Amino acid sequence: MQLTVWTYEGPPHVGAMRVATAMRDLHYVLHAPQGDTYADLLFTMIERRSKRPPVTYTTFQARDLGGDTAALFQTACHEAYERFKPKAMIVGASCTGELIQDDPAGLAKASGLPIPVIPLELPSYQKKENWGAAETFYQIVRHLAGPHALPPNAARPVRAAGEKPRCNLLGPTALGFRHRDDVRAISGLLERMGIAINVTAPWEASPADIARLGNADFNVVLYPEIAGPAAQWLKRSFGQPIVSTVPIGVGATRDFITEVARLAEIDPAPFLKAEESRLPWYSRSVDSTYLTGKRVFIFGDATHAIAAARVAREELGFEVVGLGTYSREFARDVREAAARHGIEALITDDYLEVEAKVAELQPELVLGTQMERHIAKRLGVPCAVISAPVHVQDFPARYSPQMGFEGADVLFDTWVHPLMMGLEEHLLGMFRDDFEFHDGAAPSHLGHASRAPAAPPAVEPAIEVAAPAMAAAGTAEIAVVEGPSGWAPEAEQELRKIPFFVRGKARRNTESFAGQRGIRLITVETLYDAKAHFGR
Amino acid sequence: MTSSPAILSGSQAASCANPPILRERGQREVFCGLTGIMWLHRKIQDAFFLIIGSRTCAHLMQSAAGVMIFAEPRFATAIIEERDLAGMADANEELDRVVMRLLERRPDIKLLFLVGSCPSEVIKLDLSRAAKRLSERVSPAVRVLNYSGSGIETTFTQGEDACLAALVPSLAEKPAEAPESLLVVGVLADAVEDQFRRIFAEIGIRQVDFLPARKAGTMPSIGPGTRYLLAQPFLGETARLIEGRGGQRIAAPFPLGAEGAAGWVHAAGATFGIAPAIIDAVIAAPRERARRAVSRYRDMLAGRRIFFFPDSQLEVPIARFLHRELGMELVEVGTPYFHKDHLAADLAMLPAGTAFSEGQDVDRQLERCRKAAPDIVVCGLGLANPLEAEGLTTKWAIELVFTPIQGFEQAGDLAELFARPLNRRARLEV
Repeated sequence: MQLTVWTYEGPPHVGAMRVATAMRDLHYVLHAPQGDTYADLLFTMIERRSKRPPVTYTTFQARDLGGDTAALFQTACHEAYERFKPKAMIVGASCTGELIQDDPAGLAKASGLPIPVIPLELPSYQKKENWGAAETFYQIVRHLAGPHALPPNAARPVRAAGEKPRCNLLGPTALGFRHRDDVRAISGLLERMGIAINVTAPWEASPADIARLGNADFNVVLYPEIAGPAAQWLKRSFGQPIVSTVPIGVGATRDFITEVARLAEIDPAPFLKAEESRLPWYSRSVDSTYLTGKRVFIFGDATHAIAAARVAREELGFEVVGLGTYSREFARDVREAAARHGIEALITDDYLEVEAKVAELQPELVLGTQMERHIAKRLGVPCAVISAPVHVQDFPARYSPQMGFEGADVLFDTWVHPLMMGLEEHLLGMFRDDFEFHDGAAPSHLGHASRAPAAPPAVEPAIEVAAPAMAAAGTAEIAVVEGPSGWAPEAEQELRKIPFFVRGKARRNTESFAGQRGIRLITVETLYDAKAHFGR
Repeated sequence: MTSSPAILSGSQAASCANPPILRERGQREVFCGLTGIMWLHRKIQDAFFLIIGSRTCAHLMQSAAGVMIFAEPRFATAIIEERDLAGMADANEELDRVVMRLLERRPDIKLLFLVGSCPSEVIKLDLSRAAKRLSERVSPAVRVLNYSGSGIETTFTQGEDACLAALVPSLAEKPAEAPESLLVVGVLADAVEDQFRRIFAEIGIRQVDFLPARKAGTMPSIGPGTRYLLAQPFLGETARLIEGRGGQRIAAPFPLGAEGAAGWVHAAGATFGIAPAIIDAVIAAPRERARRAVSRYRDMLAGRRIFFFPDSQLEVPIARFLHRELGMELVEVGTPYFHKDHLAADLAMLPAGTAFSEGQDVDRQLERCRKAAPDIVVCGLGLANPLEAEGLTTKWAIELVFTPIQGFEQAGDLAELFARPLNRRARLEV
């Protein structure tokens, strides 16, 4: 048993729902008890969808358990078919449905419906939402495109002369973080490059569209967490190569264009030249110098976290001090990315562990999920959201992609917005005694977002709160083990003169400086010695 | 999802005391009882709710309220994993380990509920034994109780019923010679509770307790002298257990609207032999305020046709309020469970021929709803936006559970909740 307060991912059948809800003419019959219908509101409320997800829940009750729940399932399949007339159906069980072992796959096969019925085996007690979405998409692709697969060892037919190169766009689902806008951004980019999009899936694809996935020359995988297994199968079955670069950030979008052009056998140079992102200039403009070396902590799904780390370092000049993911399936990729930044990756789905890490690292900016937004709020650190799990705010009315050059502009704006502006930061540093420059004062452009005066001062107490959880989780305690140096009252006083948004860093630097030199009592002298030692 | 035909029960000559009810079984678009933890964990300030369930349960809890509530919640989920099911780990040992870790982290907890879920019920994890075992280990600092909020047994607000029912056997026994006292049963907003406390004191009922109390250590005692008044219509099991310990129910309409609140207070007063004139004098001002507040919305709501999808079991008393105090027309009053005895006073005030339904087959109910084209639809969060997109005006039902609506001072707020969607639709020009 795992003690969980908040979870980064839902159960795997929610992943299946994300795929089904994104598609057209597909219906999902889910063997599930009353209450599992809560998942509908994720789509109708958080994503503000105007239609119910295409899901029929069998809604078994305790009194059905002794009786014929299998018949309940079969009836549900037939009624769903009659009512919704889908072109294909996926069937499976939620966590409780799995326990009663009614074999939805076998039952559905026996039901004799005149449409393809695709059984899903989603082990609820082992796997999670993204895995469930990936498995569902893979099963749908295998079942519907499988009959059209090339014979073994056959080569892909050559494209006719003059015909546009074609690709599929794989991975976007319902309830995805900006999937709606990423599809538009990348479709536009590919079209400008003269590449036709054969099928986008699962996003608004019908079963018939899935059946013709093989007609593309290559596959663009926008979200490896979801489309990875399906793309691998398509590669094996249709010889379609995979564009593996995820175009988040200016550099990655350039790489993406180059990779796509190579597969499409076209020259990337004109498209690279035509790039229209403002990010490079904004980052070089002198106003941005205050961003230099900002210490940033990054956590999210693997794709967004890895991409954010690259953008943070190469495109905004931040220093990545923490990088992690809840996507255990992609732990290796994140570890490799972290190694490139000279740090160790945090692989966990325990938000208490993430909180402890943020408290320990005392970053100046957190790029994370809605969970980290709350952690950062509690610790008084600015934060921008870069990844699912999603919140209603992650579905803005405006077009707001993460991918492509327009996406890079969005990243610049969203990440820089929570920070103090350059001169404001200096004024706060110079005139600490101004009564309006108290610790709760937020950046002026953030208006009423200032923290309540009752909020915990800086980060220290949070470490204490988080520490027991961290220890209990079996994670090594780093900050406390050494027997930390104490602060003399004057030094503590002096520390308070440093603006709160850099105070954490100053405290941490001073303590580690003192720790390394065996200084037991931190004085004002130590504070300034450490400042001289570390620089800004 | 059975396709058995809907059953009509009740006498054909519809008197509203025993009305015909359309009973349906099929897909239900309602929450399970776990959702009650959303308000229960805030009401009992030193209680903690530990769900023994799946990732789905944990995901429900963080999604159900529409937003993530991030003051550290006093609930969590012990997620059952493969190794628990495969017998590689002893589920009871695992549970003990999780509970001890939790209590270490939160020394402020005085009352711990182990809350059963669909998976824990299906694998027959005996939480009552676990609660007993753990209680012995951690008492007197912490008391451990258990109940089931599983979807296979409970619908939404029935979770509160199950929780309070679990509390009843743990309540102290009132001495036999103790004078009669009033017990108000069911979670009310703190402010509402305080208002009623003042009113009961003013009419002269000396001893008034509320279940649940705000602290684990101040739960009321009960016994044969207990006269209890239900504040909520979904407390069937709790009522049964209180009667088992000698409590007697005071029949009353539920305290919604000026009329409901007055009827509720009067019923309590009558039980304690207080003259109606005294009660009327005490409640005259708040009752008048309530009427005034409600009347502001009468123009907007009178004659409007309303359709209830089942959600919280509050549907019948709310329908009574909307019909009698605001002049609304009831198209269908759906409720997850129809407790005729507890609803008797409210039913008696509804017009003959009101269409009631119990349970749900959501697609069929949607067909009826579209056909009836009501002016306003009360439904859950999964249905609201799709119905709005179809052009219907909706009121999400969960707001009725998360808003203080009981009592005189809240009657206007309750009316406003129904006026707001219509008001909004009238304002928007795009």
